[in-house]
Amino acid sequence: MGMTITEKILAASAGKKNVEPGDLIDAKIDCIMCHDVTTPAAISMLKEKGIDKVFDNKKIVVTPDHFQPAKDIKSAELHKRLDDWARAKKIKNYYPLGKAGVCHALLPEQGHIKPGEVIIGGDSHTCTYGAFAAFSTGIGSTDLAAAIATGTLWFRVPSSIKFVLNGKLSKGVYSKDVILDVIAKIGTDGALYKAMEFVGPALKSMSMEARMTITNMAIEAGGKNGIIGFDDVTKKYLDEHLKDKKAYKVYESDADAKYEQTIEINCSKLEPMVAFPHLPSGGKEIGDCKGLAMNQAYIGSCTNGRIEDLRIVAKIMKGKTVKIRTIIVPATPVIWKQAMDEKLFDIFYAAGCVVSAPTCGACLGGFMGILAAGEKCISTTNRNFVGRMGSPKSEVYLASPATAAASAIEGKLVDCRKYL
Amino acid sequence: MAKAHVYKRDHINTDEIIPARYLNTDNVAELATHCMEDLDTGFIKKCKPGDCIVAGDDFGCGSSREHAVWALQGAKVGAVIANNFARIFYRNCINCGFYPIELTDATSKIKDGDEVEIDYKKGVITNKTQKKEITFKPLPDFAIEIINDGGLLEHIKKGTAD
Repeated sequence: MGMTITEKILAASAGKKNVEPGDLIDAKIDCIMCHDVTTPAAISMLKEKGIDKVFDNKKIVVTPDHFQPAKDIKSAELHKRLDDWARAKKIKNYYPLGKAGVCHALLPEQGHIKPGEVIIGGDSHTCTYGAFAAFSTGIGSTDLAAAIATGTLWFRVPSSIKFVLNGKLSKGVYSKDVILDVIAKIGTDGALYKAMEFVGPALKSMSMEARMTITNMAIEAGGKNGIIGFDDVTKKYLDEHLKDKKAYKVYESDADAKYEQTIEINCSKLEPMVAFPHLPSGGKEIGDCKGLAMNQAYIGSCTNGRIEDLRIVAKIMKGKTVKIRTIIVPATPVIWKQAMDEKLFDIFYAAGCVVSAPTCGACLGGFMGILAAGEKCISTTNRNFVGRMGSPKSEVYLASPATAAASAIEGKLVDCRKYL
Repeated sequence: MAKAHVYKRDHINTDEIIPARYLNTDNVAELATHCMEDLDTGFIKKCKPGDCIVAGDDFGCGSSREHAVWALQGAKVGAVIANNFARIFYRNCINCGFYPIELTDATSKIKDGDEVEIDYKKGVITNKTQKKEITFKPLPDFAIEIINDGGLLEHIKKGTAD
């Protein structure tokens, strides 16, 4: 019996020839992502237990991002704990303020993500890195502590669901619309404990940035990981970003690999989507929700704060002004600089938007862009749970950067295609 | 005696269990004061040590924040009984030595305010109010071992010491 790409990576990480869904394995970890919310606790746990060591200071990537720059004393203290530890343990890949960025945009950009590897992080959206044909998944602080100390972690091998993305995206429809459609179809627990493998011709025309938007939201369907196979697009990105270009292994799903389910999506027929509160599965086609008034637009986050996203927003906003509070957050300093060099900030400024430094800030109701009771926000983030961006009585609507930009201009949900 | 607090809801998520606005600390006592705040502001007042939460599908979906489990533990919640759990939350529970109990149709078998007693090892919930015994599939052995060792880190430490 053949194996899926997820099974092959996990088998290799455990030094096994074969694994099957349900098997418990001890995986060797290739890369650990650490940020300011879940890592300080992991560091304290290790100290408390007297196992205060780091398995490999080159395989840990640290960046404060959730409350960065520190929004208050408590956040500053979290950052200090992270900073003290990263320096004491001589962590090679440490990105403090100035270099710090939204982790899931930063790691691939800085060349830390390689195909075939097992990557974990104390953040549920760690599944993003699956776009690079890697196994990546989110964990809590205790698992993080264990992995930091030992470089291994146990996993139950997940069964896989195959999503075949047929056809081609039409103008104004983006990978964000694809994943919102998928989650609307299967629900927020439709892929509970499972690997979500994305294949199909529609991926060919999607950049790595666009693919990361899809794998980023695998957790919003309950998935353990999201994964996309290696191709020329992957290779090109890696050639441009990896420091050590040949040191990775490419795994592919076998033709006779077993899938629990296969779901076909005709991407040619997809429309721009908006996920209504309070679940990411609340996706509706824009035609069914046009006209709903918004109070704020938020464009950024690990889902859609990349340069490609900002270019789309700039294209729509050029020569226009926004009707509602609009916050734009480039996800990393490199993206920020790129956007500035490309004069996108001039467009955002003229349109009446505010641009911030890279941060997770408002996406999780942390700071900078918090919603008051009764307010509605059109957001390019990944989650619209109750109270996600502020008051439990506020509402978050998830959409693509194009839909968010167009809606910001009119102050209500609109079809972005009229601006393209 | 443990009282059941029943929420007939699916997808009770980590933002509802502990809102992200409080994640600028990992102090358990502080997190506990905000436990379940965005779902039920009265929860902390009515929850007594050992009480359990009963809910529908996909409990704990969302963030990887272990703070959700710490908030429940800090609020002295004894266990969460749900139809099923989100993967990361379930794993975090075991790592922290906290019991996630999977029970089909949980909210129809246990009513709000019912007095319950849980035998984790045997997989039996005695519903004293309804005078009924409800069986559930106990956690797998390796998970029980981790919980009995006092969580994953103690478990690892023990392994290293051996």
